[in-house]
Amino acid sequence: MRRLAAGGAIDRTRPLGFIWEGRKLSGFAGDTIASALLANGIGVIGRSFKYHRPRGVYGAWTEEPNAIVDVALGARHDPNARASLVPLEAGMVVGGVNAWPNVRRDALGLIDLFHRFIPAGFYYKTFKSPSWGAFETRIRAMAGLGVMRPEPDRLLYDTRHVETDVLVVGGGAAGVAAARAAASAGLGVMLADDRAAWGGVLQAEGGVIDGMEAAAWAAAAVGEMRGATLLGRTTVFGAYDHNAFGLLEQRRDAAGGWAEERVWLVRARQVVLAAGAIERPLVFPGNDRPGIMSAAAVLQYVRHYAVLPGREVVIATNNDTAYATAAALVAAGASVTVADARPEAPGRDGLRVRAGCVPVGTGGRHGVKWVDLALRDALSNRERVRCDLLAISGGWSPSVHLHSQAGGTLRWDDAAAAFLPGVAREGWHLAGAVTGPVGLGAALGQGHAAGVAAAAALGRVVHVAPPETPARAVEAPIGAMWFVDVADRRQWIDFQNDVTLGDVALAARENYASVEHLKRYTTLGMANDQGKTSNINGIAALAAMTGRAIGEVGTTTFRPPYVPVSLGALAGMRHGRLFAPIREVPAAADHLANGAVMREYGGWRRPAAYLRIGETVAAAIAREAASVRQGVGLFDGSSLGKIEVAGPDAAAFLNVMFYNEVANLKVGRLRYCLMLRETGVVFDDGVVARLAAERYLLSPSSSHTEGVLAMLRAWQQTEFPAMRVVFHDVTAAWATFAVSGPRAGVLVGRLSSDIDIGDGALPHMAVAEGVIEGLPGRIARVSFTGERGYEISVPARHGAAMWRHLLGLGEDVTLYGIEALSVLRAEKGFILIGTDTDGMTLPADLGITAPLRNKAVDFVGKRSLLTPDALRADRRQFVGVLPEDPGFVPAVGSHAMVDGRSVGWVTTSCHSPALGRSIGLGMIEGGRGRIGETMEIFHLGKTSRAVIGEACHFDRAGERLHG
Amino acid sequence: MLRLPCPYCGERDEPEFRFAGEPAVRPGSDVGDAVWAAYLYMRSNEKGPHREVWSHAGGCGQFFLLERDTVSHAVLRALRPGEAS
Repeated sequence: MRRLAAGGAIDRTRPLGFIWEGRKLSGFAGDTIASALLANGIGVIGRSFKYHRPRGVYGAWTEEPNAIVDVALGARHDPNARASLVPLEAGMVVGGVNAWPNVRRDALGLIDLFHRFIPAGFYYKTFKSPSWGAFETRIRAMAGLGVMRPEPDRLLYDTRHVETDVLVVGGGAAGVAAARAAASAGLGVMLADDRAAWGGVLQAEGGVIDGMEAAAWAAAAVGEMRGATLLGRTTVFGAYDHNAFGLLEQRRDAAGGWAEERVWLVRARQVVLAAGAIERPLVFPGNDRPGIMSAAAVLQYVRHYAVLPGREVVIATNNDTAYATAAALVAAGASVTVADARPEAPGRDGLRVRAGCVPVGTGGRHGVKWVDLALRDALSNRERVRCDLLAISGGWSPSVHLHSQAGGTLRWDDAAAAFLPGVAREGWHLAGAVTGPVGLGAALGQGHAAGVAAAAALGRVVHVAPPETPARAVEAPIGAMWFVDVADRRQWIDFQNDVTLGDVALAARENYASVEHLKRYTTLGMANDQGKTSNINGIAALAAMTGRAIGEVGTTTFRPPYVPVSLGALAGMRHGRLFAPIREVPAAADHLANGAVMREYGGWRRPAAYLRIGETVAAAIAREAASVRQGVGLFDGSSLGKIEVAGPDAAAFLNVMFYNEVANLKVGRLRYCLMLRETGVVFDDGVVARLAAERYLLSPSSSHTEGVLAMLRAWQQTEFPAMRVVFHDVTAAWATFAVSGPRAGVLVGRLSSDIDIGDGALPHMAVAEGVIEGLPGRIARVSFTGERGYEISVPARHGAAMWRHLLGLGEDVTLYGIEALSVLRAEKGFILIGTDTDGMTLPADLGITAPLRNKAVDFVGKRSLLTPDALRADRRQFVGVLPEDPGFVPAVGSHAMVDGRSVGWVTTSCHSPALGRSIGLGMIEGGRGRIGETMEIFHLGKTSRAVIGEACHFDRAGERLHG
Repeated sequence: MLRLPCPYCGERDEPEFRFAGEPAVRPGSDVGDAVWAAYLYMRSNEKGPHREVWSHAGGCGQFFLLERDTVSHAVLRALRPGEAS
């Protein structure tokens, strides 16, 4: 065991059993999976992505590049969890990823022996002949880390939208000081930190603030804030326009929390960024072995988790911060040797410090066993030092991610050896280690000042004094060291994606000199740690290889998210039935009782067909379609759009909006009309009814109603604001049923109504309002089947009752669904917008040319119908398609081929019961001029023959409408 | 996610709005093909201060003119139709 006898923030009264790769282990409440594994002496936790090299825990938080594990507990499963970020829970089953049979003995570990042959870019140069597709399946099987389970995620996720006066990102010393100040000014403050406890690195580093132990001060200061929203275990993952932020809150251990994770979408008036900094590794040969860890992480494991990861420790550093780790290790009983790359290394009591010394090689298969040290100016003169832990520190990179995402600038600072934030966005205040290497005193001072500035910007005054801490000795400056200049270039820069110094050198040699190109070519910084430890080292190496300054090379673009965010969390409640709620027709329950197969059409759940016992859907469709032509059918058309347009200028306005003339439409009459876009393309079709002189009713397609309404509003407001006209979507207010067939009049005649449905009073394309079975309603003579048809509309709340009433009017009524209607309309050659038409179809292509010739007033899209392109003779035109084999139904989308060239395609096809053969519709170049010609139909390598014909296959004279 | 000012409702988040393109003056239908094509398809796509039509589709449903900087995303002003340009 490597657990220390005392200390740490763990709860030793609550041991937690868990499984690691089939072994039962135990940790404590307060552990992460990483600290528990380290406490149990587990060295190898994973395998690297490309070379399958053994890897152990490197970091202690979001920077961790190595320790990716598969974690399962009950319904929860994360195939790519980072062990350093997952709080340990009893019963967790944890395993390695990217290894078989296990992480200690991984069969693919052999790949590492061939590393010489698979450098960066190997992929692009090798797997291209004969084609990428020849290799893809096998490479995909080898690539990737954890494996998802096939079953859906059943966990609950939630979303919140909030506005706040001040968002403080980071709950360390600077963040708490800022939040405390802003809250004292009476502002609404939101304080977010990704850890469960406040104080950030104070937890491990200690110190005294306002006379209290530092972490206790942080907890007390946060506890005293009034009206603040405190979000622990919450990562601010993205900064977006106008100070919008995305926050991910982990809630599985929250009291009363029911959602696993919650995404907060926050709009902040003022922002304090106190995100701290991340320690970089040192780059030297063999720096990726298990047992080589970030010095700052080691400090956290010793002090916060009471874990001693090694007893014989070598610390390799180029800056002062690693000395705190050395002191903590010595206090915990370890023996420590410090190799400080700086010639003027500060002397420390009780430590063996080797000034000007750097590591040049390591050994140990499943854990570091020795490190070779050498003076920087005499690298060949090596001395081997035994160790079981090598703690490394290459300096600190400020966590400028959010600052950069928001558009803040960066500048390279040689003294700090870091990219520091330059100009911040409006309303942003930066404080603490994100501004560069600052001590505790300066961090507190900056934090307080940020709170004061945010308050001042909102016209408030801070009522607390700045926190105070005893002055500390000034640290010596960092001595930048980016890699060791020896022949061995297997010096890891990106641990997770296996990018070495040699790969960067290769990229530079092949002229991938832009940092963005370097990233794509080598995959540096593209793993799920997004280069938190590797980016700056990679940039510095590229600068050295290309003879440029680091600031000249610059950084890659910082983009959200800062940490991986699950798709479940982003979706929140918007999935399954709540993703896009499906609309129901008023008689939905009756349809089910009548045997309907319900399907979604354009956002509505509607009957596809009504099955009799033992009947297939195809048989039902054929039976329903045939019955409508022979007797009478009943169809629920309630989802059909209904937009009322009223006002003194309704007629004039609609006359501009529609292709067809509607101003001269008589009251009580209907007209089939097209609506065009300004480009002339057909946008929608439908029947326009004039209910009164100043009142029209439009019937857009079911799925187009909102689009038509939006278009009417846009034109009225932006082009014709003086016109007095209003629009009202009344689709949901009315239930509409279509009665169609030769005997339709008989059935409708049995309704008790004051509306005269005689052909004299109500001819085809007429409408009348009145009372139907005691309800206010409408009857329209209209047909989408080609048969005599009536549409009966009553208030929606009476829809189900009216449906049942109509069913009871005659035992010979056939119910028909959308699919039969589609067959009937295809027989008639009636177009379906978006099915037979596309984003290039003009009205003339559909054979509808009279309005352009006859309509006197200008209308939307008119000028576009007169362009050379609109008048081309070889435009695709709407025609019928008759396969030579009457039993063959060509697939929709099949190409129409003439002389071996595609001249269009089939848009609709089906078996026609009325004609006893297959029929189709299509858009074919110069189609109307080709009627009677034979063409080939090509689909998925198969060819058949068909004759081009009239779009209307059945009752071309339209006599049945009146029959 | 931008924060946009609806001249009727006040500041709201971007998802409530629908972008309706650059404002264009509709020429009469007697213009030549080139003028009509320019009206339909040619957009200035300014870098910097830029004028756009938006509608508060998820709110009051009204269309308005928005002046904003396409580089900084700063919102300069919002105008009702017919307000001084």
